[in-house]
Amino acid sequence: MAFYFVQFLTGLASAASLFLVASGLSIIFGVTRIVNFAHGAFYMLGAYVAFTLTERLSGALGFWGGIVVAALVVAAIGVLVEIVLLRRIYHAPELFQLLATFGLTLMVEDLVVLIWGPDDLLGRRAPGFKGAVDFFGQNIPSYDLFLIALGPIVLGALWLLFQRTRWGILVRAATQDRDMVAALGVNQKWLFTSVFAVGVFLAALGGALQIPRDAVHHAMDLRIIVEVFVVVVIGGLGSILGAFVAAVLVSELNAFGILIFPTISLILIFLVMAVVLVVRPWGLFGRKEAPARRTPGLTVIPWRPLSSVERLASLAALTFAAMLPFVSGNYALNVGAEIAIFVIFAASLHFLMAVGGLASFGHAAYFGLGAYGVAFLAKMAGLPMIACLLLGPLLGALGAAVFGAFAVQLSGVYFAMLTLAFAQIVWSVAFQWVGVTGGDNGILGLWPETWAASPPHFYWLALGVTTLVVSVLRLITFSPFGYALRAMRDSPLRSESIGINGKRIQWTAFIIAGTTAGIGGALFAYLKGSVFPDNMGISLSVDALVMVLLGGVETVPGAIFGAIVYKALNIWLVSKTDLSKLVLGIFIVLIVVVFPKGIVGVVESFMHRRRAAAPKAAALSAKIEGAQ
Amino acid sequence: MLAAGLGLAVAGLMSTARAEDVIKIGEINSYSLLPAFTEPYRKGWQLAVEEINAAGGINGKKLVVVSKDDSGKPADAQTAANELVSSENVAMLAGTFLSNIGLAVSDFANQKKVFFLAAEPLTDAITWSKGNRYTFRLRPSNYMQAAMLVEEAAKLPAKRWATIAPNYEYGQSAVAVFKKLLSEKRPDIQWVDEQWPPQGKIDAGPVVQAVAAANPEAILNVTFGADLVKLVREGNTRGVFKDRKVVSFLTGEPEYLDPLKDETPEGWIVTGYPWYSIKTPEHDAFLKAYQTKYNDYPRLGSIVGYQTIKSAAAILAKAGSTDTEKLIAAAEGLAVPSPFGEITFRKIDHQSTLGAYVGKTAIKDGKGIMVDTVYRKGSDYLPSDAEVAKLRPKD
Repeated sequence: MAFYFVQFLTGLASAASLFLVASGLSIIFGVTRIVNFAHGAFYMLGAYVAFTLTERLSGALGFWGGIVVAALVVAAIGVLVEIVLLRRIYHAPELFQLLATFGLTLMVEDLVVLIWGPDDLLGRRAPGFKGAVDFFGQNIPSYDLFLIALGPIVLGALWLLFQRTRWGILVRAATQDRDMVAALGVNQKWLFTSVFAVGVFLAALGGALQIPRDAVHHAMDLRIIVEVFVVVVIGGLGSILGAFVAAVLVSELNAFGILIFPTISLILIFLVMAVVLVVRPWGLFGRKEAPARRTPGLTVIPWRPLSSVERLASLAALTFAAMLPFVSGNYALNVGAEIAIFVIFAASLHFLMAVGGLASFGHAAYFGLGAYGVAFLAKMAGLPMIACLLLGPLLGALGAAVFGAFAVQLSGVYFAMLTLAFAQIVWSVAFQWVGVTGGDNGILGLWPETWAASPPHFYWLALGVTTLVVSVLRLITFSPFGYALRAMRDSPLRSESIGINGKRIQWTAFIIAGTTAGIGGALFAYLKGSVFPDNMGISLSVDALVMVLLGGVETVPGAIFGAIVYKALNIWLVSKTDLSKLVLGIFIVLIVVVFPKGIVGVVESFMHRRRAAAPKAAALSAKIEGAQ
Repeated sequence: MLAAGLGLAVAGLMSTARAEDVIKIGEINSYSLLPAFTEPYRKGWQLAVEEINAAGGINGKKLVVVSKDDSGKPADAQTAANELVSSENVAMLAGTFLSNIGLAVSDFANQKKVFFLAAEPLTDAITWSKGNRYTFRLRPSNYMQAAMLVEEAAKLPAKRWATIAPNYEYGQSAVAVFKKLLSEKRPDIQWVDEQWPPQGKIDAGPVVQAVAAANPEAILNVTFGADLVKLVREGNTRGVFKDRKVVSFLTGEPEYLDPLKDETPEGWIVTGYPWYSIKTPEHDAFLKAYQTKYNDYPRLGSIVGYQTIKSAAAILAKAGSTDTEKLIAAAEGLAVPSPFGEITFRKIDHQSTLGAYVGKTAIKDGKGIMVDTVYRKGSDYLPSDAEVAKLRPKD
């Protein structure tokens, strides 16, 4: 009995840190609507700065002072980031802030190694909390007791801050209805900055408080960020009490999960998140979001199929791409094939995001399922390559059909998080079911048959499939189905009232996107000759998001350009420098600031302006705007 | 425009010049993912390149190592391998840290008929169940390290054993082979608990608490890196390691032992690299050269990096050619000097006989060290040739 009690307390102690970080993320999201991917990076910076300070300063005051000062220092960095970077992009399309904060995270990961060196760092134990307390023969670290007490204290302090101060009232008002607060004349700029500072302070404090129980190292950010997302979503976005309850729930699941299901602990919290989202779509303590007042369609230049000149240009470009094998070497063709495959992958996500308005955080699941589909068919059933390429993506389609049925019931961030949960479940299965999937070691020896083996042949195959997939996706976008899907995106209420079965339309779109992603995965399996759980990991999902956002989410061809630029740059940087994350991060942040509509978005609005300058076109665009 | 972008992107990646009087080795490792190991590793191979070229190169040609980062992803490693082979025209591939990346590059080598010298990956599969004629491996495998540790573990009176290992292929196979070998030697042993924390995400408090609840007399630990630090801290605070014997893979490697500082648990039976107490002429020479060049002590990564390139150079020198078949013929059965004494690349499974130091952990001047260390030759801890032949697919 004593053991279970101690296990429970240990879970509570882990919950404290998780709560600090999660509440910060929740507050930031509630007010600014930023999905702050860099929250984990601020957590990590908090730990690094606290390590430096506590090593320099002596005594109990030095230690505890160091922890607090570290959190303040990082909060100041947060303010700087908000003012310099985020302020410029609050009006960019949704999720663009995610891209910016992702870029920051990449930079910080390389920077901490440059500043603090490559070794894992072990901080001091907390003065006054070095030992353990005996509890019926079980030892409870006294630092754990400190953390257990700290959680509710911070919760109480935040409650007071939000209920009893004018600032708190404004923040709550902004969480409820941002536009109304603006209409009442509150200076949103500084409200946002202060909220961001508080959020970052909490994240950094959470990190700093970890140094007596954890090593400080350069991968801490990714370790925490996903778990924090889970906590925030289970608790309900914007709800601090929700974050507290969910942090306890997740930590206790970890603590007791290892006793009951020792080998599937990875899946457990994502299963719980999926169940919570399916049963209570807005989390345990969340509220349904007020509908956005801005109709997204109004900011978009109306989409139209390519003009005949553009068609010719595309054809010329395609011809040029098809000539590549005559002028370049095998490595270039290999890279070309890889880029082509990522064009498929990005285009499939873009279809879901831009046409369907459904931003998936777990799109790699279907890419990976397609790849594993090929691996199973080729290795276990021994089917020939053509059959594998045709049938493998069906596994992606199947996954999309099952998960999509649940996911499309939700929208916005909740949709994104449910797709993330499903992707993590699939990833965990691939990672931990070693008997079938080979686990981390993957499935090897899936090389293409002779007819496709030479680099030029495989390149042509990939280019052909990519052209086909992209054309089909464009065709769907401009088909009646595509219009219905866009209607659902722009106004669910209106479209349902004219008889569109919105959920079914979205579900179909989800399956289309999953299948096309699976096609990309199937080709990828043959390109690499192997499949690994990596093929469905979070980082691949994030890559796809970055490609789409980079190209421009509110455009039709954006994903193609985003994929080419991002993938080519990524491959080139990884080949040329060990600081690829730093350079790539800087590049992404710059792109976000300079091209807040994505690369293609900026080009399009430039062309649109030029066209609008011509009198005839002006009349046309006036007509279009009138029609809107 | 799609293609114009493709074309530009690809043109930038195309190969350039190649000189006739150099021999190139293509090297791949997880530099950005695992800097704690790969930084010393890089210093190690750079030292080797410098020594080789100072001594006149390989058969009169200058040795050049072209190094690539794989960001810890198998798919990226294959892109890098492709670049090295297709546009850098390297004579052979070398390196890698993670087992899955080692296997991916090994499979690539098999497919493209390129020589690959795996440096660090520990999985047994790379030379046995998924072995191929193009792949050789330097470091003592999982099986060999388990066998070395089992020898010590079997001497312990402990009968009730628990295990803690990261829940992925490396952890799983390390536990499996350790259990098998120890149970063979000591049929009286009971396995009372196993913990499988996710790699890199250990929640150490609950894990050590759960192990303690099973009340084992001894514990096998396979965690390393930041997970190990967390595990040790929680275990020390909760007194879980007190009065219990602990056997631990890799913990004696400076990469993992140094961060523990005065937190180092005492008396753990570990494999590792006690660079401060090895007194052989070979190692003295290496240590002196390393410290002179870098003003820092070597880690195990330094040994692996150094010996990988030294072995590769020896193979290239003996083959007298960069032809893959000649390289394989030269490498099979080749004996090479190393800082740990002479090693041989076995013909039967392409595994080198590099060994490891086994000893106990202790604290000296607030730092973790290994004491009572003995070098165990790799060749003494491998199964019989008949068994190896069964494990490995025919070429």
